[in-house]
This record gives sequence, structure tokens and C-alpha cells, in this order.
Amino acid sequence: MSERKRVTIPIRPAPGTDLPQAERAAVLEALGRHRDLQGALLPVLHAVQERLGWVPPRTVPLIAFELNLSRAEVHGVLTFYHYFRQTPPGRHVIHLCRAEACQAVGSAELQAHAKRVLGTDFHGTSGDGSYTLEPVYCLGNCATGPSMMLDGDLHSFVTPARFDALLQAEASTARPGNAQGSVPIGVSGT
Amino acid sequence: MSITVYVPREATARSLGADAVARALMDEAARRGQSLQLVRNGSRGLFWLEPLVEVQTTAGRIAYGPVSAADVSSLFAADFLQGGAHRLRLGDPDSIPYLHKQERLTCSRLGVIDPVSLEDYRAHGGYAGLQAALSMPAAAIVQAVTDSGLRGRGGAAFPTGIKWNTVLGAPGAQKYIVCNADEGDSGTFSDRLLMEGDPFCLIEGMTIAALATGATRGYIYLRWEYPQANEVLSQAIATARTAGLLGADVLGSGSAFELELRLGAGAYICGEETSLLESLEGRRGEVRYRPPLPAVKGLFGGPTVINNVITFASVPIILARGASFYRDYGMGRSRGSLPMQLAGNIARGGLVERAFGVTLRELLYDYGGGSRSGRPIRAVQVGGPLGAYWPESKFDIPLDYEAYAQAGGMIGHGGIVAFDDTVDMAAQARYAMEFCAIESCGKCTPCRIGSARGVEVIDRLVAGERRGSQEALLRDLCDTMVKGSLCALGGLTPYPVLSALDYFPEDFVKPAALRATGS
Repeated sequence: MSERKRVTIPIRPAPGTDLPQAERAAVLEALGRHRDLQGALLPVLHAVQERLGWVPPRTVPLIAFELNLSRAEVHGVLTFYHYFRQTPPGRHVIHLCRAEACQAVGSAELQAHAKRVLGTDFHGTSGDGSYTLEPVYCLGNCATGPSMMLDGDLHSFVTPARFDALLQAEASTARPGNAQGSVPIGVSGT
Repeated sequence: MSITVYVPREATARSLGADAVARALMDEAARRGQSLQLVRNGSRGLFWLEPLVEVQTTAGRIAYGPVSAADVSSLFAADFLQGGAHRLRLGDPDSIPYLHKQERLTCSRLGVIDPVSLEDYRAHGGYAGLQAALSMPAAAIVQAVTDSGLRGRGGAAFPTGIKWNTVLGAPGAQKYIVCNADEGDSGTFSDRLLMEGDPFCLIEGMTIAALATGATRGYIYLRWEYPQANEVLSQAIATARTAGLLGADVLGSGSAFELELRLGAGAYICGEETSLLESLEGRRGEVRYRPPLPAVKGLFGGPTVINNVITFASVPIILARGASFYRDYGMGRSRGSLPMQLAGNIARGGLVERAFGVTLRELLYDYGGGSRSGRPIRAVQVGGPLGAYWPESKFDIPLDYEAYAQAGGMIGHGGIVAFDDTVDMAAQARYAMEFCAIESCGKCTPCRIGSARGVEVIDRLVAGERRGSQEALLRDLCDTMVKGSLCALGGLTPYPVLSALDYFPEDFVKPAALRATGS
């Protein structure tokens, strides 16, 4: 697989030369890690989004060129999957579960509350750029809903009051990245 | 002496504060100069008791729950490390009636072992199935799976042995084993619990499938919504590779099996097997026409076994204990056990693995304890967003693939979502159509357009516009979707819609006064 022959067809200007440095670096790094996988496109898009928080549409030509796909194919995949973002997210991303198990315990009320508090509908970002609100169709946390994910952390029993409290806690603790990193996992101590 | 304490690292337990509990335990132990061995186990799936802390005492494991960080100092004061009395003490976890009354075949190790410890897995019967398989010819492994009566646990319930036999007999230089871990149905979490709590079981099952069919490459297609499963599985795969349980020469057998984990990207349709294969190949998750079946021409054109997590995870015990051991559980043509999931408005939600034949009433009341809100349970959706809504009059149908199909529903992946009497079934029917419209891959017209029109027709019906003709139109539309859709998404969306309309017609007729206020 890694022996795949790569023939470079000169295109002027070469795709990707116009990209901001951070985006170009993110794409090249993702390609460097995943290009030799069979069916590499999803892993590449995941890696780009993990690094940048979104997949800027202007990176499509470079990804397409490097994977020997058409721009239409990459655009098609990028737009098909709900998880891939084509616009930058706010500083925090909230995924609210909209599916049945959460509906059964009051998620409609939570959704209305979240939209009101953040002043945005789903897929939008609050005016101050703090929070992006996304729907999600099941977090697999179906016995303790309503469920939501805040920057990758799962929360149960999210009533409107708990929603406010979680956001308040988030605002008061400036934490670098994901708090789950500092969790004790299988350690012994005295 | 160092005492072992278990605190789950499973996602629901963490969402309820398990990490804070683990930290508090370590801090308090340090303060008291007590030596503690902390194991982050999986969850046993008794969510109303999470975080469930267990202590390994000389008299066996003693459970306490639900524990919050604030309880920790009082637990130490009560000498919980020796199993001391405390208001949260539950005793031997296996004696908790919810768990005691289960038949845990596939999920027997959940919450018991350290998920990422190969030694622990082996000490609890792990890899006995693979050892048995290594001494058998491929056809005999397939035969054992066929004889066990195991059927696909993802929802379609296709006999697993027959699928494997097709792949075994299919010509192809490169065959694949693909695990569908895109557990998207609302109300289901058994795949997640298994991957987070017993990942080697899935890896072992897939390895046995590879030996049985001559496949040498495998993929697990996991949804992005399960970061915890991703972390645990990745670690387990790496460990298995290091131990020679995966790779070029599995346990010195001369057979190769390489396993790779891939992430989905939030498309419900990718739980459909051909759509999943498209996604793995790096394309839009559009459903493929069948034939050819994936077993003949699947991933990258090669013969492919594609099964759900629980299906693969049920294979090791079948090989280890024998086909008849597994087949002796169950009823009719539904053999073995099914890990069911109690979700939604339920007092004691969680995982209930029982042999087929158990009734909804038993699950909802004996296990679930009725609704969480304390109000009467009015409707129950079984089988995810494509499953029928059942009224109480149907609670006594035994859980059996054929009995459910005959009643006009399906068991699917075993998700059971309870609603109390505040539910608006017309809104649930509308949501079913809306969900289908959002998640349709767009390839076939009945699903792509039918679902959008379905939302509109239900809106007109509820608004009281031309009631009779709109209901006829909705039924006609559902008929077209059932018969004309390419896959189960469009083909089964009418189940929740029509069951809501048939069993709860009063919700579609709102008094004009209510309509005017928009409630």
C-alpha cells in the first residue's frame, strides 16, 4: 500500500500555496500521517478538524490534489458528514442530544433554553463567539438524559438550570484543552 | 497492604462524576497513609447506581453507590476498604437483584475486569474461544457459529454463520472483517459498554471471524460520539498487537490478522452496512445496491464479514463453551441472549442481558422500576428510531425476532425507550420523518423526498386540514417508503409513524383551542 506510485502533474499555481500557513501545515501533517491508508479521506479530514477545529473549504483543492481525488469528491464527503465543520467553531462546542431517549426526559425544553441563552439556533455560534451549538443524534447516554457534550466532555441530567451551571463553571475555570486528560487511570498510590 | 478499588472509567459514570470520585479517593487515601490500587473498570450497566465504587475485600467485592466525591471521606470513616457499613453500601454487586436476575453471556466481564488489562481478560476466560478456534478447521468454526443459532445483533438478525459461510466460500485474494460500531440508535449503548468495558472480547471475536473465513484485515468503524470507547479500544488493539494476538502471525498460528480503528463522522446512515463500507473507502456514506452482497463483494471489492459489536463479542463464548451451550438459551428461532438497554423515562435505566423470551413488562417494571417521572408509562419505542411505538397492550409480547416482526415492529439492537403520559405521539411521529429527512443519504427517492413530504403531511394532519384525505395520504406515503426504499432507513421510518397513528390516534386530533395556542 505504501508503495503506491505517486505521479505529480504540474499544476500552476500548485494547489494549497495560497493557504494560510496554519491551515496548510494542518493539511500537510494530516496527509503525512494518513495518505497511505486505504480510504484515507475520512482520517485526513478528521485530523485536519482535530487540529483546526474545522475543515476550511479552501483546503479542499490541496487535499484533493494530494490524494489524487477530484475536488468534487472531497467537497462531497466534507459536506455529507454532519460532524465535519466548514465554518470555524466558537471557543467551546456544545452538542445537545435531540434523539428519542432524551426527548422522553425533557430535551425539547433544554434545546429551547440553550437557544435562548446563547441567542443562536443549531449550527450557530453565540454573538460573543463563546459557544457553538450543534445537535447530535444520540450520545449513547440514554438512561441518564438529557445529555450533552461540552468540548468532548459528556454530561447527564442536563436540565436548563444544570446547563447554565455548566456554562458558568466553564467560564470561571480557564482550562487548557480537555479536562479529561488529568484523570487518574489505573494508578496506585499511598 | 494495598487494597484494590474499582471506579468506572465508562462514559456515563464519568458524566455522573466518576473522575472526581476517583481523585477524591486517591487524595483521601494519601491523607490517611492508606495504600490503594485504583482500577478504572467498565460499567456493569446499572446507571442509577453510578458512580458505583467497588472494593476488593477478603470476603469478595463489595459495592457502594451512587458515590459522589463528597461521600468519600465518610466512606473511609466507615472503613469501606474492609466492606464497612455505610448508607451507600450495596454488598456483593452480583447479588443486586437487577444484575442477579440477568443471564450475562456476552457481557459477563463488564464492570468486573480492568478493560485494558490482557491478564485480567485472560483470568476471566478471555481468549479461550480463540484457543479453541485455532485447533479447528475454518469450516468447523463457521459450523459452530451456525449451530449456536447466533443472529446479527445490530438489528437485521441475519444468521451469522450463514454470512460467514458465504465469505468462507467466496473467491477473493483479500477478505475483510468489518465491525459495525456505529451504534446510532437512540436508546442503545450496549456496543459502547462492551467496547469501554471489555474491548478484548470484541477483538477476540473479530480474530475468530478472520480465522473462520480466511480474512487477514479488519476494521472497526466507530462513531465519533464515543471518545471513551475510542481511547479504550485503541489501547487494547495496541496491547493485543504487542502480545502477538494481532499482526502477521496470530499466536504462532501462521494466520495474519491486522486490525484498524476508523472513526465515523456523525452520519446515522453509516450504520447501514453498505453505507458503512462506502465510508470506510473514503466516500460519502451512500447506500449500495444489493446484490452483490458484502459477503461476496464488500470492502474494496473483497468478500467481507460485516457484523455488529455484540455479534462479534458473542462469538468467543460460543467457541469456548460450545454451540449448544449458547443455543440452549432463548426461544423459537431467537437463540442465546440479547443485551437490552433500558432508556428514556425510566427509573432504573441500564443494561439487561437476558435470554430471548423476556417481556417488555418485565423489563420496564421488574428491572426498570417504572418511569423516572413517576407517571404512567404510556408508550415504549423498541429498536431505535426505526422501531415501532408500543402501547401498554403490547407489553406482554415476548422479545423474539419473529414475534416482534409479526406484531409489526422489531427488536433491532435491543434499545427500549420509555415515555410517560406527557408524550405527544404526533410529535414523535413527526420527529421520525424529520430524522429520516436529516439522515437520508439521498440516493433513493422514497426516503429522500418521502420523509420531507411526510413531515408536511403530519403537520397538516395535526393542524386539522382535510383530515381524512391527509391520513390516507400519509398511509399511502408510508407504504411507498416501506416498499420502495433502498435500505432500512426509508424502509422502516414508517414503523414509528404508523404505530403512533394506529395506537395513539387521539394525539393527532387536537381540540381547536389547543391548536390555536400552538401546544
